[in-house]
Amino acid sequence: MRHLLSPQDLPADARVLLDRAAIDAVLAQMAKDIQAMAWPRDVELAPAERPRPWLCGIQRGGVAVARELAEVIARDFGWTPQLGAIDVTLYRDDTWLKGPRAVEGVTRLPGDVNGQRVLLVDDVLYTGRTIRAALNVLMDFGRPEAVRLVVMADRGGRELPIAADLVGQRLEVARNASAELCVDGQNRLQSVIVRPKNP
Amino acid sequence: MQPQVEPGQTPGTDSLPQAPQEPLRHLLGLEHLSAEQIVQILDLAAQMKAVNSRRIKKLPTLRGVTVLTFFVENSTRTRMSFELAAKRLSADTMSFTASSSSLAKGETLIDTARNLEAMGPDIVIIRHSCSGAPALLARTVNCGIVNAGDGSHEHPTQGLLDIFTLRERLGDLRGKKVAIVGDIAHSRVARSNIFGLQKLGADVHVAGPATMLPPAIEQLGCTAWPRVEPAMEGADAIMMLRIQRERQGNDLIPSSHEYHRFFGLDERRLRLAKPGALVMHPGPMNRGVEIAPEVADGDQSVILQQVENGVAVRMAVLYLVAASRGLEPQG
Repeated sequence: MRHLLSPQDLPADARVLLDRAAIDAVLAQMAKDIQAMAWPRDVELAPAERPRPWLCGIQRGGVAVARELAEVIARDFGWTPQLGAIDVTLYRDDTWLKGPRAVEGVTRLPGDVNGQRVLLVDDVLYTGRTIRAALNVLMDFGRPEAVRLVVMADRGGRELPIAADLVGQRLEVARNASAELCVDGQNRLQSVIVRPKNP
Repeated sequence: MQPQVEPGQTPGTDSLPQAPQEPLRHLLGLEHLSAEQIVQILDLAAQMKAVNSRRIKKLPTLRGVTVLTFFVENSTRTRMSFELAAKRLSADTMSFTASSSSLAKGETLIDTARNLEAMGPDIVIIRHSCSGAPALLARTVNCGIVNAGDGSHEHPTQGLLDIFTLRERLGDLRGKKVAIVGDIAHSRVARSNIFGLQKLGADVHVAGPATMLPPAIEQLGCTAWPRVEPAMEGADAIMMLRIQRERQGNDLIPSSHEYHRFFGLDERRLRLAKPGALVMHPGPMNRGVEIAPEVADGDQSVILQQVENGVAVRMAVLYLVAASRGLEPQG
């Protein structure tokens, strides 16, 4: 996640793949798809009894996406999802390759995860390694009823057998480029950009 | 759920990206760490502390890492705190104590250490009665060395957990007055706190009987007093130290009773400090000598929080040392 505090902060070599208007359209469609999403125990429960899923964003980009997605759901469907945040720093599989990392943020769940429906939210899905780590974080808190993966953008390039249940936008991004979510000073979504990877 | 500041993020600069961390290959003392490195350890410790309140108090982070506690001097709580920290990070732990070891049979420290190294630990946590023993090991063996107290030199994880506890209660330590009272000359806890607290901008005052104040202690930047009152006046926190009879060659004080009368922390002296000032002690404490029981058990005491925070701080240190070593070529 990159902070753009002013338009001049956009790197010169960056190309915008999704601007704010495109993000608005993507979020609206995602909210609609979440509303229509099927869950394992739906067959046993009358529609009014079905529990609402949590939106758990992965630090830090996923947290920003989850927050705005929750606002769109509240606006369009009249219920406010509970928000959680998951930090995967201490669950990463590349600690021994890349050395210690700064902790991105806190892990904070809205309540007891046991039996809960959880939407795991991330900004850009790539190798799947972060998702693997986030699932392990979640399982260390308990046993949710079900977990679904919701991503704003999918750039392909998976290295693990992980697929998103809901993709806002598919992107074509070369292996030697990076796709990044840009936010402003209040962590509001601004754009998704692509740029050559740092050498 | 109460609002909280996320670790690694200063209020007001909400989640701006952080600078990459400098590797921490060993932790020998706080003297040579930068303020930024200290803050990084403390921010990570806050994350670790959250894990300690989960039902499953375990992280997979150090799976496959072997941690050896090598205690050539007695300690129960520090060793247990380190072992618990290592276990909560999924590391394997072994312990080696002086009384049961070959050191008692005449082997040198370096020979013992080389033998231990051959068993392949990634991190060795050492406590030794000689100042500088951890630094000697860091030069000799190819493991991450964590100092758990060396002679009268440093006890960096105690200093870090004290600073963590202070920051938790007081926030930014710049300009905060901290009094450290007792046997400054023999205290490695005092030395680590003096270095660490001053790097974070605290105003450190040390006090004790003149026989327990090293002559040049003010060269470390703190203010020294042969009486406790000026050190305690207006203090935000008071850290009492134990009189370490086992480290003193000759008697530096006439009697425990007299020490308590002139240097002990009781309710009357505590009133010299700011209202609500924190009372700290690294333990083990001698009630009725350096600290009165009603103060040790009082509302202002954070002595047990210090112990609790110790596990989180040591988890952060073990993670950073292990991961920093992961950067090096293997073999």
